[in-house]
Amino acid sequence: MKYIDEFRDRDLCLCLIEKMESLLGDSEVTIMEVCGTHTMTIFRSGIKSLLPQSIRLLSGPGCPVCVTPAAYLDQAIALSEIEDVIIATFGDMMRVPGSGSSLETQRAAGKKIAVVYSPLDALNIARNNPDKKVVFLAVGFETTSPSVAVTAIEAKKMGISNLYLLSAHKRIPPALRLLAEDSDLNVDGFILPGHVSTIIGVNPYLFLAEGYGIPSVICGFEPLDILQGICMILYQLKEKRAVLEVQYKRAVKNHGNPGAMALLNKVFIETDSEWRGLGVIANSGYAMGEEYKELDAKEVFPLKERPSVENEGCICGEILKGRKIPHQCPHFGENCTPYSPLGPCMVSSEGTCAAYYKYG
Amino acid sequence: MPPITNMDKKILLAHGSGGSLSHRLIDEVFLKNFNNPFLSEKDDGAIVEIGGTKLAFTTDSYVVKPIFFPGGDIGKLSVFGTVNDLAVMGAEPLYISCGLIIEEGLGQGILEKIALSMAQAAQNARVLLVTGDTKVVEKGGADRIYINTSGVGIVKKDLSVKGIEAGDRIILSGSVGEHEVSVLLAREEFPFNSKVTSDLAPLNQLASDILGVDGVKFMRDPTRGGLATTLNEIAEGIGLGIVVCEDKIGVSDGVAAVCELLGLDPLYLANEGKMVVVVKRDCAGEVLKRMKDNPLGKESEIIGEVAAELNGRVCLRTRIGGTRILDMLAGEQLPRIC
Repeated sequence: MKYIDEFRDRDLCLCLIEKMESLLGDSEVTIMEVCGTHTMTIFRSGIKSLLPQSIRLLSGPGCPVCVTPAAYLDQAIALSEIEDVIIATFGDMMRVPGSGSSLETQRAAGKKIAVVYSPLDALNIARNNPDKKVVFLAVGFETTSPSVAVTAIEAKKMGISNLYLLSAHKRIPPALRLLAEDSDLNVDGFILPGHVSTIIGVNPYLFLAEGYGIPSVICGFEPLDILQGICMILYQLKEKRAVLEVQYKRAVKNHGNPGAMALLNKVFIETDSEWRGLGVIANSGYAMGEEYKELDAKEVFPLKERPSVENEGCICGEILKGRKIPHQCPHFGENCTPYSPLGPCMVSSEGTCAAYYKYG
Repeated sequence: MPPITNMDKKILLAHGSGGSLSHRLIDEVFLKNFNNPFLSEKDDGAIVEIGGTKLAFTTDSYVVKPIFFPGGDIGKLSVFGTVNDLAVMGAEPLYISCGLIIEEGLGQGILEKIALSMAQAAQNARVLLVTGDTKVVEKGGADRIYINTSGVGIVKKDLSVKGIEAGDRIILSGSVGEHEVSVLLAREEFPFNSKVTSDLAPLNQLASDILGVDGVKFMRDPTRGGLATTLNEIAEGIGLGIVVCEDKIGVSDGVAAVCELLGLDPLYLANEGKMVVVVKRDCAGEVLKRMKDNPLGKESEIIGEVAAELNGRVCLRTRIGGTRILDMLAGEQLPRIC
């Protein structure tokens, strides 16, 4: 397929791998790919089997499903119990375990749960079911949140009053700052998320190189993109530089997408947000802003705060921080598999544990 | 919390996906209750011997939604699906039964359209629809129409995974994913203009074209769960590994585009007119030639081989030259969200 095949060219890939070997010399390098879609490409294309052994890739906290806490799922499950509520959700959320149940299990028990591919689908469900209350599970990073913002704006414009959003939207830069500040972090370079950057631009990441001296490259999602990004980091390390570079120039502009950012700022306000495994990070999430409070499921439905149970021994948090790999988890492959996941990293197709399990 | 027992578990959609959960359900419920030497083969059908004649016997239920899709409909699917199960067992399909479960309110015109489609499909595949049954359930008790077909055929050649050995070649009869993508698009949940037609076709002629070659050891049609699941079933069945090359596995542009957009892997998508053949190495050329001579197999390729290592697992050589394990489908394929 045009514009895809070119970025999966075997000869070019092998060229870059050779280049890496000469850049590395005797050094060992650890690089974190922050985004779950990068993790998927790395596994699906078999990049790990081609890289020089002295390069270690760690998967970061960039899978939206994986960082969504059990408490959020518990709220969604509680909402699905309400008689006239339809839950609309991205498919990845279906199997994520809450404290006791999952949306998949709720659906089998007859609760109304619709899998959608776009938040605008949820708007359509609301329009077609005026006697029901449709709650969209709004998760995802800055790539997803603008389309949710558009949905909220459209709903208001069209006078649709039975669509609600349960927002757990996350912002990537505060999570990266938490990682960079972590004295235990052992990362020589960051591969930064390309699609998030198409929205927020490059400036929000400058602190990684300027403040913490970590070489950082914003990368595309095809195998060649990632391999080139790794090479760019190795160049910086060899030349003892630390700057922010953009490999994904065909999509990322320095200033991102001001139109999308304006939509985000219109609908949402920044808020502290809980990340599974990482805890509450200041200003790392989006809540519904004043103007859109009437769409906020948390305001409209009286949800009791109940203590949520994360699975004991699940090391998703350590994995998201890049401190451990899935094989170090006592549950991995034993009682935590994609068929019966304990932690979210095993559920999402982009989760580190699922990727390790599926692609070995 | 009390431990979760089997009695507490609920059947999920993923149990019908053809992947690992389906296999687990078969082991935990059906094999436990019905176990016998025929069933424990865990094949798509059974080979039974009656009066010295070996018969292949299979059954399948069809619940596709929507019931009409580009390239076919539930009626045609219910005939070809069962014909194909028999054909890949090395049998000549002969007779088919048909059980209909209809939701009240279905237009009679629609039923007639489906019946006509089944009749044409049966004629095309040279099988006779010899018995049937119709039940109507109340509105909401079913989704428009479900069809079950069973079929019998005479076994022309004994095929079994047992004869498979390291070095055998794996041949695939064409590109993958068209059926599932065409049905997905026909649901009109996506604003795509992409036109993908189901590969739905009867495989009995293609199968019969190669049965005469001695080295043909095993055939399977990669339906639910896709090529990856079929390869894993074969690898598990023989306890050997299978290595396949990604760039030998055809994926049409339309299927590739939908997969890229929705984050689906074409190797896990259902096909209804493709087959995988395991063949002795020296016979691979002859089988490939015969398959390419049939219009349904003209894009056939040798996609890989059986390996002594890997112990029941499937390894994919990726397009960029890397390797990775190709696992069975776990649950439903889920779209990615970012």
